[in-house]
Amino acid sequence: MSNKGIHIEMLQKRYGSGDTAVDALKRIDMQVDPGEVIGLIGPSGSGKSTLLKCLGAVIEPTAGRMTLGGQVIYDNGWKVNDLRALRRDRIGFIFQAPYLIPFLDVTDNVALLPMLAGQSNSEARAKARDLLKALDVDHRARAMPSHLSGGEQQRVAIARGLVNRPPVILADEPTAPLDSERALAVIRILNDMADKFETAIIVVTHDEKIIPTFKRIYHIRDGVTHEEAGEGRGFR
Amino acid sequence: MISLAGRDIMHAWGKFVFTGLGLGLLIGVTLSMAGIYRGMVDDARALLDNSGADLWVVQKDTLGPYAEPSSIYDDVWRSIRGIQGVIRTANVTYLTMQVRQGERDVRAMITGITAGDPGTPGWPPYLIAGRHITRSHYEAVVDIATGFRIGDRFQIRRNHYTVVGLTRRMVSSSGDPIIFIPLKDARDAQFLKDNDAILQQHRRTTETLAFKPAGVLDAVLASQNANSYVNALLVQVEPGYRIEETAETIRRWKRLTVHTRTQMEEILVGKLIATSAKQIGMFLVILSIVSSAIVAFIIYTLTLGKIREIAVLKLIGTRNRTIAGMIMQQAIALGSIGFVVGKISATLLMAPIFPKYVLLEPLDSIRGFIVVIVICVLSSIFAIRAALKVDPAEAIGG
Repeated sequence: MSNKGIHIEMLQKRYGSGDTAVDALKRIDMQVDPGEVIGLIGPSGSGKSTLLKCLGAVIEPTAGRMTLGGQVIYDNGWKVNDLRALRRDRIGFIFQAPYLIPFLDVTDNVALLPMLAGQSNSEARAKARDLLKALDVDHRARAMPSHLSGGEQQRVAIARGLVNRPPVILADEPTAPLDSERALAVIRILNDMADKFETAIIVVTHDEKIIPTFKRIYHIRDGVTHEEAGEGRGFR
Repeated sequence: MISLAGRDIMHAWGKFVFTGLGLGLLIGVTLSMAGIYRGMVDDARALLDNSGADLWVVQKDTLGPYAEPSSIYDDVWRSIRGIQGVIRTANVTYLTMQVRQGERDVRAMITGITAGDPGTPGWPPYLIAGRHITRSHYEAVVDIATGFRIGDRFQIRRNHYTVVGLTRRMVSSSGDPIIFIPLKDARDAQFLKDNDAILQQHRRTTETLAFKPAGVLDAVLASQNANSYVNALLVQVEPGYRIEETAETIRRWKRLTVHTRTQMEEILVGKLIATSAKQIGMFLVILSIVSSAIVAFIIYTLTLGKIREIAVLKLIGTRNRTIAGMIMQQAIALGSIGFVVGKISATLLMAPIFPKYVLLEPLDSIRGFIVVIVICVLSSIFAIRAALKVDPAEAIGG
């Protein structure tokens, strides 16, 4: 078992207590290796969002263990001290909508994270420009988000998720607003980036178009994960 | 680290500028209100400064001649002039009334001054055009705010006066411009009855049996037509003499009330304009509260419009203090824009057209700026609380 990427054992999340307690996550086991892109699918109410929030260090699980890039994050009630810094430095987020900061240009949207982590503006912007070039949106580096197309915005959002070289990226339905061609382009980019930066990428999706591209898929039903082999018609 | 607040302001500059303009006009009104109070105090001080007096001798137990009516005999000056330390004395009368100027009425304070030369207490200390009064009747020196020009003629009671000199910033404590006329004319204007009243009084007196003995009637009639009162005696004290000691001497020997410059300022500022000052103070408080509410509402609304962005910022690891700083900086920027607009509008738009003298002091502006910034910082607290309550999970769907 790899100690890099993300590793989850027996993760549980309970809301409330006593008679009104709800077990949103009953047993989550998951392993995503560096450079791997996996799909996380499940019907509404199955616990996808709760799992995503636990993985994203936004809410704390009730029990279970999670390691991220070899670092223990949760261990049966114990948690790492600074979840905010963890989110900033070790987890990348890509949302259903790009959610770019509308008052920052493309470069600064990407450079903001390293700046928040204490890097100098010039250093952070250089990193951002490199990533924008890798994602082929460097020609829009000075543009404001409102002037970008949907596909360009999503690529900028991917760049933002990758800029701090996190061991894991959580992508919450990243292709939902896109047509088939653009959706597949985004998945191709995610696969390329996972390869290039040795990042584990978890894609939460309902999108039938992209499900066949995953080599491995975790189904979540009633708060329990089930691993399945995907069709793997990926891009590698 | 880039300035998130600065970038947001630059991105939505129109919203900030127009909001700042609206807030600025409110701040302009607030600064003008403070300026009106300062103007009132300055008017009161100008009245005292321009009188050229060290002491005001008035009717016993009154706060005259500006705050209360006061009448003293016009020959009091003879005995006071002889007191050690007194270098100059001058009778003076004050009467506030409406004076016709062309098609309009001007409210003015008619000041009766004794014959003398420039420097005599009560005289206008300087002229900006024309000359001082040289004749004992029917000439006037007026403050330019009356609207009169050299050579203009106007009427007070039944006499006509010609403007021979213009002066500036000679105003009463209410801000009314002063018209200087000879003392005798001013006394007539204040104390002399009209012709009908004089005739009726003459008839009644003549028919009174008690005045029938020879000589009595003439004496009574003469006393009724004579006027031997003035409102106050202005006194200059010789340099080297202590003003308070001279005042005390006059009080002791003449049984009159004597006010020093300090006491007179206390009467004018502390009593005469105290109610107006309180009203202005209340307006300032109300305007400050309204400004606070507006800033709080604007910043709160702007923050609520960025909830999703704030959730994303928090999710990607932005510190709470960075987000709070962004909101507070925006509030301060809004207040600064508002203050600049307010200062400009108060100075260039409001003060020149305001009917009363508006004195905008630099120190008041500095105080005003500090108050605006404090209000903005406090007002941003609501928005900061709302922003800090945003759950980063809101950025994640589901």
